Amino acid sequence: MTAPLLRVEGVTLQYETPQRLIRAAYQVTFEVLRSDRFVILGPSGCGKSTILKAVGGYVQPVEGRILLDGRQVQGPGPDRVFVFQEFDQLLPWKTIRDNIVFALMAGKHLQRAEAVDRAMHFLKKVNLTDFASSHPHNLSGGMKQRVAIARALAMEPQMLLMDEPFAALDALTRVRMQEELLELWNDTKSTILFVTHSIPEAIRIGNRILLLSAHPGQVRAELNSGASSAHDSAGKELASRIEGILFDHKDGDFHAGAS
Amino acid sequence: MPERPETFHQISENAFEVIERRVSPWERFYGNAALRKIVLLFVLAVAWEAYARFLHNPHLFPSFLETVRALDASIRSGAIPRAAASTIVLLLEGYTLGLLLATLLTALANTTRIGADFLETLTAMFHPLPSIALLPLAIIWFGIGEKSLIFVLIHAVLWSVALNTHAGFRGVSPTLRMVGRNYGLSTAGFITRILIPGAFPSILTGLKVGWAFAWRTLIAAELVFGTTSRSGGLGRYIDERKIVMKVPDVFAGLLTVILLGLLVENLIFKTLERRTVQRWGMEQ
Repeated sequence: MTAPLLRVEGVTLQYETPQRLIRAAYQVTFEVLRSDRFVILGPSGCGKSTILKAVGGYVQPVEGRILLDGRQVQGPGPDRVFVFQEFDQLLPWKTIRDNIVFALMAGKHLQRAEAVDRAMHFLKKVNLTDFASSHPHNLSGGMKQRVAIARALAMEPQMLLMDEPFAALDALTRVRMQEELLELWNDTKSTILFVTHSIPEAIRIGNRILLLSAHPGQVRAELNSGASSAHDSAGKELASRIEGILFDHKDGDFHAGAS
Repeated sequence: MPERPETFHQISENAFEVIERRVSPWERFYGNAALRKIVLLFVLAVAWEAYARFLHNPHLFPSFLETVRALDASIRSGAIPRAAASTIVLLLEGYTLGLLLATLLTALANTTRIGADFLETLTAMFHPLPSIALLPLAIIWFGIGEKSLIFVLIHAVLWSVALNTHAGFRGVSPTLRMVGRNYGLSTAGFITRILIPGAFPSILTGLKVGWAFAWRTLIAAELVFGTTSRSGGLGRYIDERKIVMKVPDVFAGLLTVILLGLLVENLIFKTLERRTVQRWGMEQ
């Protein structure tokens, strides 16, 4: 048994609005192993995005600690690359290729030639070679997300942090993107920490699912998922178990979401 | 409900996505912004010519052709090129210094909170103050000459550029900021690689407004006094011709001011806009 890549130990997260102090997550503990597809699932307001931001180093916990490969997370860095939900995460002033090249040169200090080679390699993986010299505004939402994923993979981080990356896509594109992500994972076996509010997406993507309750976010359960789809029998059973756990709880504010 | 059968169709292989269509000459002309504007200018020139001939008072209102002849003569004699060159050199000096100061102030405003307060307070105080109103003070401090002009030019450029850049920086989306920090960029790298390009639409607006302010301020200041060390700028040229009642020359001077303004707007700023914010899809 190898040591876990990420340990989140009793982490409490708070953020301030002008009116008050909001506790987003309370004493959350979990471990992520190498090559895990670890999904954090919960209703809106369960602090799942804030937990991901804390792992990313954008938010400091007020209690507990976050260890990546044994070292405490201090701030944002290229060893944990984010894929956001928003389509504007690509730099609009750079072409698709240069978006990846810039990330590699700034984040990994690669030479330009090497960065270009690697960018093209990963663009090929997400089938966007033809768009290498386009600017992001010429691409559809799904294509932009694919570029963001290619950029994240090209940086070969220790961990990929995905914050509902497919939530703003239409249902059909979303299913295709989930498939593509799994294929890419088969290729690279990267460690993925994936946040979603969709039960079917969690079942499809994850091999391990962390269930959170809301206001503030607390761990309700940690489940294994062997199912490849929410529609086969194992998936249906898992989905009803998850619903049972979440809806038993006091909050009803849950969006099952599409696919 | 009547019974309706389900239907299935074959997808055509040769239904191309792009359908060609012949563009009529009129559409081609109307789609060209530069051509449209040239026609407008032509119409204005004809109207001017017609009105001046109707008025028939060349000493007060010269016709378009008389103005063009006066302009041609002044260009041949070298009076207007010298005056324009002197104005432009001075303008560039003032503009550059203004930009440098604006960069400094904005960088300060972006790194510290008190810097931001400083910039916001100063802009609120000085931006509405017409530069030309500072000229008397500048003359007392620096005497009649280039230094005074550069002082008022800096004032004309600084605030609009700083204000727009600062607003642009604050408008850069949180996602882009997080992406920049994800790459582990240094503060300087973050400003030059993320904030400046991200805020470029606003920065460009600031540059344009600053240029226009500087241009009108300089012409006005030169009208008050020419630059003594050089040949005297366009404002001085206009003022001198007014004194000897050479109205066509005054018109020629004004026309030069307008033409240079159009040239900078259409050649420099439009090109910059096309190559940056329009290509990046940040502005339509």
